[in-house]
Amino acid sequence: MAKTLFEKIWDAHVVAPESTDTPAVLYVDLHLVHEVTSPQAFSELRERGLKLRRPDRMLATLDHSTPTLPAGADGERPYANAEAKAQVAQLETNCREFGVELHGWDSNDRGIVHVIGPELGATQPGMTIVCGDSHTSTHGAFGALSFGIGTTEVGHVMATQCLLQRKPKTLAIHVDGKLPAGVGAKDLILHIIGEIGVDGGTGYVIEYRGEAIAQMSMEERMTVCNMSIEAGARAGLIAPDDTTFAWLKGRPRAPQGAAWDAAVARWTSLRTDDGAAYDREVHIDATKVRPTVTYGTHPGMAIAMDKPVPAARNAQEKRALDYMKSEPGKPMQGTPVDVVFVGSCTNSRLSDLREAAHVLRGRRVAEGVRMLVVPGSEAVRRDAENEGLHHVFTSAGAEWRVPGCSMCIAMNGDLAQPGQLVVSTSNRNFEGRQGKGARTVLASPATAAASAVAGRIADPREYMTEVAA
Amino acid sequence: MRPITRLHSRTAVLPDENIDTDRIIPARFLTTTERAGLGKLCFNDWRYQTDGSDNPAFPLNQPQAKGCAILVAGRNFGCGSSREHAPWALLDYGIQAVLCSEIADIFRNNALKNGLLAIVLDDAEHRWLLDHPGIELSIDVREQVIALPDGGHIRFQLEPFARHCLLNGVDQLGYLQQHQDAITAYEQRMEKAA
Repeated sequence: MAKTLFEKIWDAHVVAPESTDTPAVLYVDLHLVHEVTSPQAFSELRERGLKLRRPDRMLATLDHSTPTLPAGADGERPYANAEAKAQVAQLETNCREFGVELHGWDSNDRGIVHVIGPELGATQPGMTIVCGDSHTSTHGAFGALSFGIGTTEVGHVMATQCLLQRKPKTLAIHVDGKLPAGVGAKDLILHIIGEIGVDGGTGYVIEYRGEAIAQMSMEERMTVCNMSIEAGARAGLIAPDDTTFAWLKGRPRAPQGAAWDAAVARWTSLRTDDGAAYDREVHIDATKVRPTVTYGTHPGMAIAMDKPVPAARNAQEKRALDYMKSEPGKPMQGTPVDVVFVGSCTNSRLSDLREAAHVLRGRRVAEGVRMLVVPGSEAVRRDAENEGLHHVFTSAGAEWRVPGCSMCIAMNGDLAQPGQLVVSTSNRNFEGRQGKGARTVLASPATAAASAVAGRIADPREYMTEVAA
Repeated sequence: MRPITRLHSRTAVLPDENIDTDRIIPARFLTTTERAGLGKLCFNDWRYQTDGSDNPAFPLNQPQAKGCAILVAGRNFGCGSSREHAPWALLDYGIQAVLCSEIADIFRNNALKNGLLAIVLDDAEHRWLLDHPGIELSIDVREQVIALPDGGHIRFQLEPFARHCLLNGVDQLGYLQQHQDAITAYEQRMEKAA
């Protein structure tokens, strides 16, 4: 029978099938762990006297609560508070005690969990991957079924390497045609969420397909899959292809030699068969996508920056527009900006930093605007510094930081002040997400950089020609 | 988890749609390594004014909302992050059920695993409850029915396994551990195939 990509991965991981009365027992190939959503699960294991079933299938890192300023002369790291420091220390203790590989402060590979999984080649096609983090959907870019779970389920996976799951429905998003020049993956995914709505994917696993997706780099595909959860879908998938294999080849945890050839042969079959049926299908015209930003307080309130902000249709939308001080009938382009953030699991990879640097090279961040650039991992930081990108950022007046989630979730002390408008390459524009009262506008790295230079939300296509450095 | 068969309470209403987990508990409070004591932080930035006093505009601060264990919320409640701190905070605050026409997947999962009744209703019934705050409801988990004060009923459906676990106080980790042999067999099968 013809199967979708999702069904192939699901079927290969069923330990016990679902019935009317019971969910399926689904095997988990890779469990990613960070300091925020794991401590209570480790405590639970301790209380029950349980061990980890497969510590070799776990990978831990420090990213959410970690400061992005370097340690001081005394070696002390500038944690936001004692609790954040204790939380990091707790994960260090837990990993030592339970035997989990931790990419901590002393690792050359530490970084945002969804950046380092792929970088290390731990993320592979056909896998099931979970993490106590909703942006686990990122790994779907490799054709891995990947989704966020709560802390109770983190404990389930630790003890049994399995989860109790009901089979979700499938939604195909066909992205037809090519994206116009100067328009990227972030613009596309914001446009898609704007089209299908912030709950348009609830209950579904999305498979992104079509010409525009096939042409994308792995980094761009990760940006798209990352924000699947912002449409309510727990997972997003893209069928692996030569782009995927080329990206993975030679990475530390990827198969080597004959095992690599066998893996590629296996992975090549991971695509939706002709004639397989999805529960729902949506078509998106890539040629119509323009630089896109959000204007409200959820990612579904997204619009091309040159189009007028629509009028509120209900009390919630009115509240959102009031909070954002967005004016119906006026485009977002031209709105004064206070802070610009380039980073997060959505847009902190080398290609994202290059995109921002391309706009900033030879230009200056506008007077009164604060710009933070936070690489997604130590590897990204090294590569960026080898290319001299950090000089581009610092010469323009931006701050170049140490890897972490930083201002995306704003729990490490990197945050905006009440009322400030932040153009951010992150994934959530919820009220208070980047600091109490802060107003977030989600955008691509190019748009963020252009807006930093202009001091107002600006079309990056006007900044694509390089000026002399 | 203790068994839950019935819940009787007045309703409090938060009509906003898309109440995300950052509104339920802001990320800056996630540095805790405990589950307990999060109720005082529930809806923090909405509930309190800058000086720390109660925000009179927050619906759950109204005198009639005090002590209500059933929350009727606007569509797509719990969207956003996977933080289980959201249901932990709601339960510790005193909310034992959320009624809504659509509840975000991860939140609903997390809620049910903690004994917070996350119940999805039809649009019309949801609308009616949003428009009638403060009414007495009696939720029967076994029969999957909500009794209204006028003798009327609203039917709902829980995922059968979640309902079974709620009614019997089933420890889901214990249930999963009963599959150890099947898990081992699966792992052996996979290692052979690789």
